[in-house]
Amino acid sequence: MTQRTTNITVGLFMLAGLAALMFLALQVSGLSPKSAESTYTVYANFNDTGGITPRGRVSMAGVTVGSIDSITLDKKTFQARVAMSIQGDVDNIPADSAAVIRTSGLLGEQYIDISIGGEMDSLKPGDTFYSTQSAMNIERLISNFASGK
Amino acid sequence: MIDQIASLGRSSIELVISFGRAGRFLAGVLSGVPRPATGFPLLLKQLYSVGVLSLAIVVVSGLFIGMVLGLQGYTILSDFGSESAIGQMIALTLVRELGPVVTALLFAGRAGSALTAEIGLMKATEQLSSMEMMGVDPLRRVIAPRLWASFLAMPMLAIIFSVVGIWGGMLVGVEWLGVFEGSYWGNMQASVDFWDDVVNGVIKSVVFGFVCAWIAVYQGYDCVPTSAGISSATTKTVVYSSLAVLGLDFVLTAVMFGNF
Repeated sequence: MTQRTTNITVGLFMLAGLAALMFLALQVSGLSPKSAESTYTVYANFNDTGGITPRGRVSMAGVTVGSIDSITLDKKTFQARVAMSIQGDVDNIPADSAAVIRTSGLLGEQYIDISIGGEMDSLKPGDTFYSTQSAMNIERLISNFASGK
Repeated sequence: MIDQIASLGRSSIELVISFGRAGRFLAGVLSGVPRPATGFPLLLKQLYSVGVLSLAIVVVSGLFIGMVLGLQGYTILSDFGSESAIGQMIALTLVRELGPVVTALLFAGRAGSALTAEIGLMKATEQLSSMEMMGVDPLRRVIAPRLWASFLAMPMLAIIFSVVGIWGGMLVGVEWLGVFEGSYWGNMQASVDFWDDVVNGVIKSVVFGFVCAWIAVYQGYDCVPTSAGISSATTKTVVYSSLAVLGLDFVLTAVMFGNF
């Protein structure tokens, strides 16, 4: 085998490897160039975050508009403070919107849904949601029902 | 009784010594400044023999493993009525675990053993010492290109393995068993994260490639220069590489995906 043929086959091999990496990035993990676009951070305080996790989904009317950045405990109020980054082009969320923790399906993952308010002002970067609704806890629901409250 | 204790001690000291020799050997190989003009053609030649020639076995194994995952996954998941999650299961299994690990095991068997036997025979026929006599450093001329080539080829092979496996899984799941193609890719894209899953899998395969290549060239370079010595060195390469890959895989998985 000549040097030239070896060079060509090795070159093809490396290209095949890089093409496979591109395939894994674009088709398998769905990494799109769009994900590098600008985002802004808003906060919400919850009494109970249930099962949401960082990297989880934030949606509006079922459409994903952002992701959860971090979940920390506010030591003054003993509430969970959730930071979420919202896509930059969704910049007109009404200021009185509520952040609600919902479950997709009966046993699916939990995510944050933003239910739209009616105010003309919109949330600015760094703002906190005025009203929130915590995760539905089935055990608490059943115990409330059983004790007749 | 005393003899047994003494032999235990002797073998532990020998173990430590061989680790030390392997470390000094690696340092000697890596510390040599690469000369692009002479080094690059040698590297390409080795990339061809460890990378391109391993491609066939990697692609065929990847295809069949993907197809088996599709079949097994479908049987298990259809009990729960969630056979559309098959894409996610196949992709995560391949990208995180099976791609790097199985490729490394195949690589140790296909390329590692060949490296050991080749270098061992060079040593047995005194080619290495004649190179030294001519003033050519065999570490730089013979060992370094093989080490770097394996180091580069292994991640490529692992990525190709995963892609072929995902395609094989689609062949069985979508074409044959009738899972909806949109949910195959959609569930996969929703659950596989590029940095957490794909890149961590690539890091794993880089580590495995490094370890396999190091074991293979060291065993060849350090073998007893007889036919029996070469054969036992080749066996050791495959055994040690496989054990090292499986053991390291646990450690790496615990670090990357263990959440602690």
